[in-house]
Amino acid sequence: MTAPLVFSRVGHAFLGRTLFEDFDLAVEAGETVALIGPSGSGKTTILQIAAGILEPAKGRVLGAWRRQAVVFQEPRLVPWMTLLDNIAYGLAARGEPRARRREVAARLALEMGLEEADLPKYPTELSGGMRQRAGVARALAVDPDMLFLDEPFSATDVGLRRHLQNLLIAAARTRGFSGLLVTHDLTEAVRIADRLLVLSALDGRIAACHTLPGRPGERSERMVFEQVEAWSRDPVFGELFSARERRR
Amino acid sequence: MQATLAGLGWTGRYLWAGWAGLAGIFCLLAAWQAGHEIYGSFILPSPAETAAAIADLSRRPDFGTILRQTAGRALAGFAIAAALGTATGLVAGYSFAAMRLMKPVVTVMLGVPPIGWIVLALIWFGSTGGTAVMTVVIASAPLSFAGALEGVAKRDRQLDVMAQSFGASLAYRLRTITLPHVLSYLFPAWTTTAGSAWKVTVMAELLSNSGGIGGELATARALFDIPQVTAWLAITVALALATDYGLLHLAREAMERWRSAGLPWGVKR
Repeated sequence: MTAPLVFSRVGHAFLGRTLFEDFDLAVEAGETVALIGPSGSGKTTILQIAAGILEPAKGRVLGAWRRQAVVFQEPRLVPWMTLLDNIAYGLAARGEPRARRREVAARLALEMGLEEADLPKYPTELSGGMRQRAGVARALAVDPDMLFLDEPFSATDVGLRRHLQNLLIAAARTRGFSGLLVTHDLTEAVRIADRLLVLSALDGRIAACHTLPGRPGERSERMVFEQVEAWSRDPVFGELFSARERRR
Repeated sequence: MQATLAGLGWTGRYLWAGWAGLAGIFCLLAAWQAGHEIYGSFILPSPAETAAAIADLSRRPDFGTILRQTAGRALAGFAIAAALGTATGLVAGYSFAAMRLMKPVVTVMLGVPPIGWIVLALIWFGSTGGTAVMTVVIASAPLSFAGALEGVAKRDRQLDVMAQSFGASLAYRLRTITLPHVLSYLFPAWTTTAGSAWKVTVMAELLSNSGGIGGELATARALFDIPQVTAWLAITVALALATDYGLLHLAREAMERWRSAGLPWGVKR
């Protein structure tokens, strides 16, 4: 079975500065890969290239999936659409009939912990947490087989972050989609991902690759924290995150 | 049920806001009455005399025809100007080359005074409604153009990227992301355009002697029937206000309900 997402020798530059070169990556079916690295290492650019938002300057990207969805760092809800229509946006863009998309959106909203009374509200009437839930619901509504997550929970509080991470892990298990997660948060990566790629800020190469034991959702909190603690003592991680300071 | 209540609340707020507008109009009427008492009926007929003249005019058999004639020209000019200005503004917003090409044309259109266009239109169309319509289009289209151009230039590109990531087509993105945003730039332009459409139409009718309210104003002036002059002017202002508050304001409130939705109750208009 071929991997749904393959990067071969992909390179990209921004304003004359090379972000990464000869970057190779393969995300297998049903697998979630986390890209972690300091700011400026090009993780978001890699995600945008994979999602077709950016064209790579060099190399080849092969994407073999039917439906993709992206969860952005900020929820990016359409301000003039109600919560229900925002969640149904991806379905509407695909031309799904109104009745069906509203039914799917309403079901997902409730699954995400939103209330029925919130559905006719506009984004300005919702709290930040509710908007982020809506962003996740909008992505899951299209029933993606490839999900891109661009630091999706970095602006949420600890409790909500855990809740949304658990929802996402459960959705990945029941729906079986592949995922590419970009994050700064090592704990989040260990909870959600099957594999962890650490990017170097110096040359945009993969500095380390770790396959995590067990499946997401089955790892105990103790195991997650022990793993994060072990890595935080690892010289590869230490050097990478101090590289950012050196560059300044 | 909730939607009905929200609708009732909105209508109540809209009507209540009318009191402030009425207060302003009564202040103006008071100043008008004061002017009348200083200068007399020949220079400035009183609001009551004007009202009586309006009542007289409304009993004329051709009153409806005159209003329909001017309204038809003003609304046709407004509609053509809004459509043309918006369409070209959208194109210019998306294409840098088109913007560079169109901007000098718009500057020229804005630079030539409407009276100059009336003279040219008189030569091209003669004493017909075409003169008024053309003058309105040329005087008003640049405002819609500028509104649409500004709206497209300042659109939220992150929302566009979001829509793109879900595979939304260009037409769908335009309809759901760009146009609702551009509308908030177009409404102020359209409000100004609608107001000036009535003024320019009456002016063009007066100068081209092509009937309508302008034609009646010319006759009243020739006869030194000053109450009739103020009556026709009051009717023109009332028509412009009706277009603004009865049509554009309502459309704007309905389309931009999301903007005030998140405001606390005391701040909602």
